[in-house]
Amino acid sequence: MFERALTQVKFNKDGDLLFSVSKDQVICVWFSQNGERLGTYDGHQGAVWTIDPNPSTSILASGAADNTIRLWEIKTGKLIKTWEFPTAVKRVEFSEDGEYLLATTEQRMGHLGTIVVFPINPDVHGEQATEPSLRITCTDSKATVAAWSYLSKYIIAGHEDGSISQYDAKTGEQLLNVPVHERGTLITDMQMSPDKTYFITSSKDKSAKILDVDNLKVMKQFVTDTPLNSAALTPKKDFVILGGGQEARDVTTTAARQGKFEARFHHKIFEDDIGRVRGHFGPLNTIAVHPAGTAYASAHGGTEYVHIRGVVESTIRVDTLVNTMLIVLCPIGGEDGYVRLHHFDKAYFDFMYEVERTRAQH
Amino acid sequence: MIVVLRLNPTATMTADEFYDDEEEIDFSDLREQYEVKLEEGLDTFVVIDGLPKVPEDNKPKLVKFLIKRLQSVGKTKEDSVYMPMGDDGQSQGFAFVEFETAMQAAQAVKKLNGLQLDKKHTIAVNKLTDIERYGREGRIDEQYTAPEPEPFVEQEHLRSWLCDERTRDQFVLFKSDTVGVYFNNLKEAPEMTVERQFWTESFVRWSPLGTFLTSLHPQGVQLWGGSSWKRIARFPHPAVNLVDFSPNEQYLVTWSNKPIAYQEGMPGMTPEEDGKTYIVWEVRTGKLLRSFSPIENPQEADKPPNMRKKIQWPLFKWTSDDKYCARCTPGSHISVYETPKMVLLDKKSIKLEGVMDFEWSPYSPSEEDSKKSNSEYLLCYWTPELGNQTARVALMSIPSKEIVRTRNLFNVSDCKLHWQSEGAYLCVKVDRHSKRGKSTFTNLEFFRIKEKNIPNEVIEIQETVINFAWEPKGDRFVFITAGELPPAGAAAPVPPKTAVSFYAPEKTKSPPVGPFKLIRTIDKKNSNSIFWSPKGRFCLIATINSQQSNELEFWDFDFDGEKKEAEKDLAANLQLIETVDHYGVTDVEWDPSGRFVVSSSSIWKHTMENGYHMYDFKGKSLREDNIDRFKQFAWRPRPPTMLSKEQQKQIRKNLREYSRQFDETDLALESEASAHIIAARRRLLDEWRAWRAKVEEELTEERAEVGLRPFGAEDEEDTEGTKVIEETVEEVIDEREEEIS
Repeated sequence: MFERALTQVKFNKDGDLLFSVSKDQVICVWFSQNGERLGTYDGHQGAVWTIDPNPSTSILASGAADNTIRLWEIKTGKLIKTWEFPTAVKRVEFSEDGEYLLATTEQRMGHLGTIVVFPINPDVHGEQATEPSLRITCTDSKATVAAWSYLSKYIIAGHEDGSISQYDAKTGEQLLNVPVHERGTLITDMQMSPDKTYFITSSKDKSAKILDVDNLKVMKQFVTDTPLNSAALTPKKDFVILGGGQEARDVTTTAARQGKFEARFHHKIFEDDIGRVRGHFGPLNTIAVHPAGTAYASAHGGTEYVHIRGVVESTIRVDTLVNTMLIVLCPIGGEDGYVRLHHFDKAYFDFMYEVERTRAQH
Repeated sequence: MIVVLRLNPTATMTADEFYDDEEEIDFSDLREQYEVKLEEGLDTFVVIDGLPKVPEDNKPKLVKFLIKRLQSVGKTKEDSVYMPMGDDGQSQGFAFVEFETAMQAAQAVKKLNGLQLDKKHTIAVNKLTDIERYGREGRIDEQYTAPEPEPFVEQEHLRSWLCDERTRDQFVLFKSDTVGVYFNNLKEAPEMTVERQFWTESFVRWSPLGTFLTSLHPQGVQLWGGSSWKRIARFPHPAVNLVDFSPNEQYLVTWSNKPIAYQEGMPGMTPEEDGKTYIVWEVRTGKLLRSFSPIENPQEADKPPNMRKKIQWPLFKWTSDDKYCARCTPGSHISVYETPKMVLLDKKSIKLEGVMDFEWSPYSPSEEDSKKSNSEYLLCYWTPELGNQTARVALMSIPSKEIVRTRNLFNVSDCKLHWQSEGAYLCVKVDRHSKRGKSTFTNLEFFRIKEKNIPNEVIEIQETVINFAWEPKGDRFVFITAGELPPAGAAAPVPPKTAVSFYAPEKTKSPPVGPFKLIRTIDKKNSNSIFWSPKGRFCLIATINSQQSNELEFWDFDFDGEKKEAEKDLAANLQLIETVDHYGVTDVEWDPSGRFVVSSSSIWKHTMENGYHMYDFKGKSLREDNIDRFKQFAWRPRPPTMLSKEQQKQIRKNLREYSRQFDETDLALESEASAHIIAARRRLLDEWRAWRAKVEEELTEERAEVGLRPFGAEDEEDTEGTKVIEETVEEVIDEREEEIS
């Protein structure tokens, strides 16, 4: 079966652009306000797993199953640099200042999983380094996700075995390794808070957790009834958004009902389940929240649900507070796989627990 | 009731494994107690003590007399009896006897020990090896010392849960590997009293009065109870599959699909248990009372195992006071056993040619009745057509075995016997076929047991009745009919539509109640199950284990509102009060008070949306709990009330006052709970904010060290600097020149 599932979506720092990648080798950029497609970045020869625009929205990094990381000029779509590896690249992320790029590479056929760091030349026309400035080899369990801490002090990595490591970003020394998620369950996503002092992880063990960057202490945890693929923090409101669902191949007759394809909202501090956005047609692969906290994008794949192609819902009624505006972005290249962009409405911002309200008044 | 067997994968065990595998269950004391080591050669000998002392001349006579008794259990002869003579020329009151086999010797010990020969002489029969083992020099003190009575240890109250201040009910929940018992709360989450991993190997079960929680293991059955949930008793039946209690929890029946392979040293067992599949135990002492072989059905034996009829469970049926228990050997007889010794009533089974099934009346004579020498129990059985004889149902009185009522039936395919919970009525559901056997239909034969001569009335139904249920303690009933059922085994994806019929007696001024009349029939349904509230009045009609529908309908038989004109003469005012849908529902159970009902969806049947939903008796949803790998939910039963009729009446009279009190408690609890939640949230919020403040301060410091402004400061400036640029885009769509004259 040819899959075209979306693998990652990301907003740029200003939030006006939304980038998406999928297994069909195409990188797209969209206007987040109206869902219009701005352009594509063509060149990868395999499923694109990951993307990240740099903080000044001049350079876009992407990692793919063709064993390359590529840098693109965002404005023109021009390919700036290609780094090759022996295995696929599953995650890329720019540091806070945009001066470094980290990437995780797959473990496969005699190659251990690694985390590599490249220095980045901010000049799009300038020369880029050929070799990484740091290479961390994961001997115990490969890193599935990785992210920078505040001031690029640490690199935090989530592993296949459910543990989380803290590395010194300068030396690559492993400072901490803590079993966080259920043993042997893959960590699927890791997203930092805006100031990169704490982060949220999601796992196939059906839970998401918030950890302190400095000591990897679990601050909060969110338990659901479905394996999670992605977790995001919402600026402005103390919420988290979790997404997942049974894999399409595991879902049998009852399809969507059983798949639990919902974006779940939990209160970040109280951990309560506060609302869900239904109407997803397949497992949610990735979630990104607008940097200003005004919208979120979720994406899923699913050749299973071809029949709904082209359906555009103008509004979506949700059980609780998240009464969102929804734009279903045009299916990419007429293929399956959707990015859904939900704009929060007033009720979302008004929602507050009584204790929050009283505290806010003080 | 027919149950499906779930075979225990660990059922194949040798004795060694049995011991290796029992880290959790310590049988060492039992093993010690029952350990028997037969020494080669000597185990055919027994020692008989307590015989009369006789002179040499009378010895042959005594030996002859003795042999007669001994041969009732095994083979022996005069040469095999050695009776030593004392110096005074008298026998010494004991003798050694050799049997042909060790088994016979063991039987002699079991059967003849304690046998009274005459008024003065009672013999003791022991194995020679036992005398050796226990009576060896030094093992017995010459001086008799009375055993020290064990100090009294206060036992935990086995019904402590009934003392709950808020009179909450408990339930057991089995999910994944964990079994837990919880107090049910109206609003808040259930309160856990205990949770244990691997508490049972297959399932759990409450005893009928709620005293014990039963767990099943490859080694046997264990009972748990008291406020600490400690083990109360264990019953070592290897590879046990099913368990059933007598109604008063005095006896326990266990069944394993594997016949017991007796081996030396099996705790609690004797060679007699070899090949048996059923065991009846006494709960209080943990003693094995009697074991039984499976009933061989000659018609079934030839069939391959998967084609055979499922086993009938419970096989042993009890009178409601545990006095008698009986089982039916289809086709030939019913065996009635009298407790506590489990001896066959009058030492023989009741021969009833062709008998298919029977049920005890749930009514047992009270103590007052027995004073009036009216202590007869009723059982009902039926026999199919045999040769020239018609099929019939009969009521038999026990222990007199008198037939008190019979009724002949024609063209009978099958019968099901439904007693009303107090034994006031009996409904025999007679599935009949037309003469050519083409179509099937059902007759409901009603017997009014309490009325003179046990009058009978019949309701004929054109379709097959697939389910029938009496209102508990009431005189109303519900049944479900289905159109022609597809032949067994045929690929029939859609079962036929069903119809639900509600019946009530006609109103009368004085007892007895009037004839049963149809209130209403609701057709074109998928419903297949009936769940009456244990207190009557409310009834839940459900569609369970179905692909088509998951509907639960809550019906009220005494609806407090206007009554339909057509039904004004009936002792009911039927009203559908709520319909809910529970996707994938597999089980439904009312709590013992009839206040709550739980529908659950178990992973044993399918893996979709497992968990349970709770409603009040009106069908209002109280809780929906989706639980990963949820297996079983069971309310803890309650023993019958100890209040007298008058006291109950008094309570009913003052119900308003009580309900006011309960409402107040609920309200107070609620505000307390919400106060709790608010306090907890406030704490969480403060903790989080304090942590963030600290982290942000540290971050600001660290940023300052490397010459950066506090986080977010640049952004703010940026936003101040941004200006909204308004662009007006004009697009010329069409341009046309027209002359205006």
